[in-house]
Amino acid sequence: MSPKTNIDCRGLSCPQPVLQVKKALDSITVGTITAIVDNDTARENVSTFARNAGYSAEVEKEGSNFKITIVKGSPVSGGETSSIGPAREGEIPIVYLITSNILGQGSPDLGQVLMKSLMVTLNEMTPPPLALLFLNTGVMSACEGSPVLEQLQSLSSKGTAVISCGTCLDYYKIKEKLLVGRVGNMMEINGYLTGDARVITVA
Amino acid sequence: MVDDPYLFGQIAAANSLSDIYAMGGRPLLALNIVCFPNCLPTEVLGEILRGGADKTTEAGAIIAGGHSIQDNEPKYGLAVTGLVDPQKVKSNAGALPGDILVLTKPLGTGIINTAAKGELASEESIKAAVENMAALNNRAAEVMAGFNINACTDITGFGLLGHAAEMARAAQVSLEIWPGSVPLLPGAMDMAAMGMIPAGAYSNRDFLAGQVRLPEKVSPEMAAILYDPQTSGGLLISVPEKTHEAMLKEMKSRGIPAAAVGRVMKKGEILIELA
Repeated sequence: MSPKTNIDCRGLSCPQPVLQVKKALDSITVGTITAIVDNDTARENVSTFARNAGYSAEVEKEGSNFKITIVKGSPVSGGETSSIGPAREGEIPIVYLITSNILGQGSPDLGQVLMKSLMVTLNEMTPPPLALLFLNTGVMSACEGSPVLEQLQSLSSKGTAVISCGTCLDYYKIKEKLLVGRVGNMMEINGYLTGDARVITVA
Repeated sequence: MVDDPYLFGQIAAANSLSDIYAMGGRPLLALNIVCFPNCLPTEVLGEILRGGADKTTEAGAIIAGGHSIQDNEPKYGLAVTGLVDPQKVKSNAGALPGDILVLTKPLGTGIINTAAKGELASEESIKAAVENMAALNNRAAEVMAGFNINACTDITGFGLLGHAAEMARAAQVSLEIWPGSVPLLPGAMDMAAMGMIPAGAYSNRDFLAGQVRLPEKVSPEMAAILYDPQTSGGLLISVPEKTHEAMLKEMKSRGIPAAAVGRVMKKGEILIELA
């Protein structure tokens, strides 16, 4: 059974509702959070937070309140909840932290071939990884000109969260060129690293 | 967001002095207006007033006195009197089609303030936001005085789009704002994506409903920043197209983070278009 948590955010002013929901989401790997909020600001901010953190969020009006249902563990794909979500119950989800656009030290050409080979392999995993977190030159993999775009696209369509560090994209001035996945911040990346997933670092 | 009373005083003073600069004037004297609870040590009040006094001195004005009352939470502001040549008063009503809109400070103080309350903002973000809020608009106003500009206003609680809309209404024009060119405080976009958006941003958006056209390519986070209420924000200046580059260049050479963020158009169906 995936856990269900109810949070009453009525009477709380901004940013408390988001913080409460974030805390609840951070404490689980899989499950459903239901938050009750009593104003539009909280409704929009909690929905924005959930959407950008990669979770599906549904809002229902209940009298003068709003009920927001957030599901963790089945990422959003095309606005629908995927039934082949990566974090199946009973399996430890896997997160890849990728800090370079090539795999390993040594010849850059070989490093590129190996990276491609890794991405092809990840596509064959069942379930697919929960998330790929790109940092430093790793972000180049998700940008225009990358040799692994096709593989990343395919992983993304299977429900893997493909997240590139915003600071890194800015530093290399390639934010405009990001083609797969979305921009994330260190807090979100750290959330994955400190969560219940098994983290594999690719440097 | 600001726990340091000295900084709080500086920011409140910079915010109060800003209107004078937006009108092309120079501040002459200021009166303190203070609300303060009796449960806080008076040293805190002393630090707030010192911050205000230092900022006022930096602006070349003097504090001539003021009023204080007891209240549940500390509040501080100044009533500022300034001087301006009647021939040179800058109003918010003179924008002409073809003008370029120049903004002199980055946006995002409301969002970063909200994130700071939630202890989610980075130190870098908070530092940048505090410096931004405490900075006077005096140097931007000095540069502006050297150019024949058509209109000016300062960006505060109604956000960039709210104050831009006032400018458009007053001059019977429409404005085009370029979201991609708007300078942002570090972390503002990330924090908006985390849902750290103050209620004021939503009020500003609702107030402007039907008057702003948002294309799909503008992200909800970017829109939130454009509606974000600013504390002690920058000047928004409507400057003839042919001189705007020279003005921007001079601002940049003086370390003012100004940018061209839009242009003035003939009055259309919609007050503000985001391009």
